[in-house]
Amino acid sequence: MRSLYRTLGPELTRSIGLVCLADALVGASYGAISVSSGFPLWVPILLSVVVFAGAAQFLFIGLVAAGGSPLAAVAAGLLINARHLPFGFTIGAMGRGWLRRLVGSHLMTDETVAFALAQDDPRRRRAAYWASGMALFVCWNVSVVLGGLAGSAISDTDALGLDAAFPAVLLALVLPSLSDSTTRWAALIGVVVALATTPLLPVGAPVLLALVGVAVVAAFGALRRRRATDDREDS
Amino acid sequence: MTGTTLLIAAVLALAAGTLGFRLAGPLLRERLTLSPRLESVMGRLTVVLLVALVATSATLEGDGFAGVARPAGVLVGGVLAWRRAPFVVVVLAAAATAALLRLLGVP
Repeated sequence: MRSLYRTLGPELTRSIGLVCLADALVGASYGAISVSSGFPLWVPILLSVVVFAGAAQFLFIGLVAAGGSPLAAVAAGLLINARHLPFGFTIGAMGRGWLRRLVGSHLMTDETVAFALAQDDPRRRRAAYWASGMALFVCWNVSVVLGGLAGSAISDTDALGLDAAFPAVLLALVLPSLSDSTTRWAALIGVVVALATTPLLPVGAPVLLALVGVAVVAAFGALRRRRATDDREDS
Repeated sequence: MTGTTLLIAAVLALAAGTLGFRLAGPLLRERLTLSPRLESVMGRLTVVLLVALVATSATLEGDGFAGVARPAGVLVGGVLAWRRAPFVVVVLAAAATAALLRLLGVP
């Protein structure tokens, strides 16, 4: 633990702590909302421990509470969680051996991936991933239990501005990766596609469709390279 | 199946599918050998996903607009991050801006 702290340093530790605090408040509200919409306490807790993906959990509880079929809620949850595949593809395995691999994969969230991505050195990258993953897992699950027990204690996290805090967390962590202009173009195209398709598609699909941005800049780059070689051959 | 059994089965199915997605990424990466060029293309996947997630979660709620307070808070956080403010300042300023605007009656 001490060596993990040494690798992370005080600043990153503070950052992870703050995200944990924000996550805990949202987790408590998730627990409270689940219980007040009629679920026994074990349902939000089980979801939190075995699924461990906030957006999918809120969606699942919301759909089933509204009278939707649990199977439809599974489909919706899977669609919103499909982004974990490209996440894992980019950051790679976060440990050796099947147990570390399994646990490491389970700890994958938007926040842990963003924390890992923001580190340059592979050792720090891995340390940031594991530290934020374990801390968030504990904070999130404990707060879900407490929120569920408290009932309607903090059901309006919007009043605290937490709905603005989460996009800001990801934005702050991803900003250094946008220094490359090709990546900026890919992100811009992706954002336009995601925003434009949101009214038409189910939750989760527009964000996946943003990956079109990566394909467009890759195709454009290939086209430019081919034109460059053609020009060289012509002259 | 009773309601409770179906609910448990649904939660476990969602958990299994989610873990499958989480495990598949690193496994696929190890099985494919990519050219350096394709490697740099793939490196952009996560950045683009995260930025799209920021854009949609900052501005939209369901199918409609999320109001003014939330995007304003994220914008303040984004400008501070761009000006290299510490992470803690960025996040607290984003939350405080949205909370303050709501306190003033801005949706």
